[in-house]
Amino acid sequence: MDDLIKYAPDLAAGFLVNVKLSLVSGVLSLILGTILVSMRVSPTPVLRAVGTTYVNVVRNTPLTLVLAFSALGLSDTLGLTISDEPSTNGFWLVVLGLSAYTATFVGEALRSGINTVPLGQAEAARAIGLTFFQSLRLIILPQAFRAVIRPLGSVMIAMIKNTTVSVAAGYLAESAFVMKDTFDDTGVSIPIFIGLALAFMAFTLPIGFLTGWLARRLAVAR
Amino acid sequence: MSSSVLFDVPGPRARLRNHALTVLAAAGVLAVLYFVYRGFDEKGQWAGKLWHPFIEASTWTDYIIPGLLGTLKAAGLGAVCALVFGAVFGLARLSDHRWIRVPAGAIVETSRAIPLLLLIFFLAYLAPSVLGSGDYTLIALVTGLTLYNGSVLAEVVRAGVQAVPRGQSEAAYAIGLRKGGVMRLVLLPQAVTAMMPAIVSQLVVLLKDTALGYIIAYEDLLNYGFKIIPAVFFGSLVPAAIVIGIIYIGLNMTLSALANWLEKRSRRSRKTSARPIAPPGAVGLGAGAGLPEETTP
Repeated sequence: MDDLIKYAPDLAAGFLVNVKLSLVSGVLSLILGTILVSMRVSPTPVLRAVGTTYVNVVRNTPLTLVLAFSALGLSDTLGLTISDEPSTNGFWLVVLGLSAYTATFVGEALRSGINTVPLGQAEAARAIGLTFFQSLRLIILPQAFRAVIRPLGSVMIAMIKNTTVSVAAGYLAESAFVMKDTFDDTGVSIPIFIGLALAFMAFTLPIGFLTGWLARRLAVAR
Repeated sequence: MSSSVLFDVPGPRARLRNHALTVLAAAGVLAVLYFVYRGFDEKGQWAGKLWHPFIEASTWTDYIIPGLLGTLKAAGLGAVCALVFGAVFGLARLSDHRWIRVPAGAIVETSRAIPLLLLIFFLAYLAPSVLGSGDYTLIALVTGLTLYNGSVLAEVVRAGVQAVPRGQSEAAYAIGLRKGGVMRLVLLPQAVTAMMPAIVSQLVVLLKDTALGYIIAYEDLLNYGFKIIPAVFFGSLVPAAIVIGIIYIGLNMTLSALANWLEKRSRRSRKTSARPIAPPGAVGLGAGAGLPEETTP
């Protein structure tokens, strides 16, 4: 217990990094996922093929490889730098990898949401003369989003837990690394592990409840 | 195709517009590819020297295949343990006894909520003090994978058994079977067919998660491919990432294809009265209403 109190400030600072990573990657992956799913249902075969290939490739690559590649490959070898400040650069590389990875799951969730929208909705949208983008934006996606709030919540929860993998990108600031670092000093400490696990649960459980509540509240009445 | 629902069969103007869009999109894709090619070229990543190691047999026999075996070993052990864990805890959560149901539920829900890497780090540091000796990294990795994926599988098992219509167990009780007999002879055989696609999908997740072993220095494919190969053949980092990426993607897509095939098969199957349950994790919505081929008879 003493260990937990002694290292609490470090762990809290690490956990704050997890929260920041989650917030930024969450927003980016939702945007990117929406773009991906629009590509996958578009009337242009090339865009459909690109969307499908991207989803299949990135979704089947381990996140560890995606993140390690974004740091060692993209940044160190190919020279992609987002910021001159190393810690800021590391943060954004993790965000880049994590968003690119999570977006595929967001895209898949939304696609199955589009599948729940009844045929008549799309037909009616066409009948009143909406173009593809108009019907997607005004008719299909709003209903699709409302149908998949709960799965999207699961995707976001998984993403929050995945922020710990940023160690693989050499970004050594978030709480899993702080915990490992602490263990190197003090040896294994069960209170620290439990404290951190509880912190993650305190972050993810409300999201589960919130999305469950939202899903019920916003369910499309049919 | 959902696409056919979203837009009409194009008329002459729409066809023209679609063709224009296709050309634009193709140009965009080519531009991106060229940009990537140029980026590689500027940093000299196309140099034959960097790619040469991957056409030599010794690279494969010394590094890639041992790494792949390490990954498959962890994934295999993890899969077997997770299936056992999932079966035990899934059935425990269905128990009529509160003192079995509640603790099992608590264990499953907690192991699902903890980030897997956090769990693996903890186990890796705990293992030496508990076990004394042994392959700590493998043990930590397999235990972590078992706890996490086993918990997800426990939910799959529970959902699978609950997906069997009530009439089945009522009929089984009516012909005089006991609880164990109902589960073993009537519910489980039907549930397994319904669970199969979801189980295989979760095994894909498990296989992907073995790559976390890289972080605790377990000798898996990612470790050999991304740490050792670039160290031995200096500069081959990007080619190595591409080669092992392809191996991972190939493995996972094969397993995913198997899951899809199983789902199609169990949808057709007459051996079970339960509908296939949705794969865990993301996207479980059942049959889509919008898609012609998705609407089941």
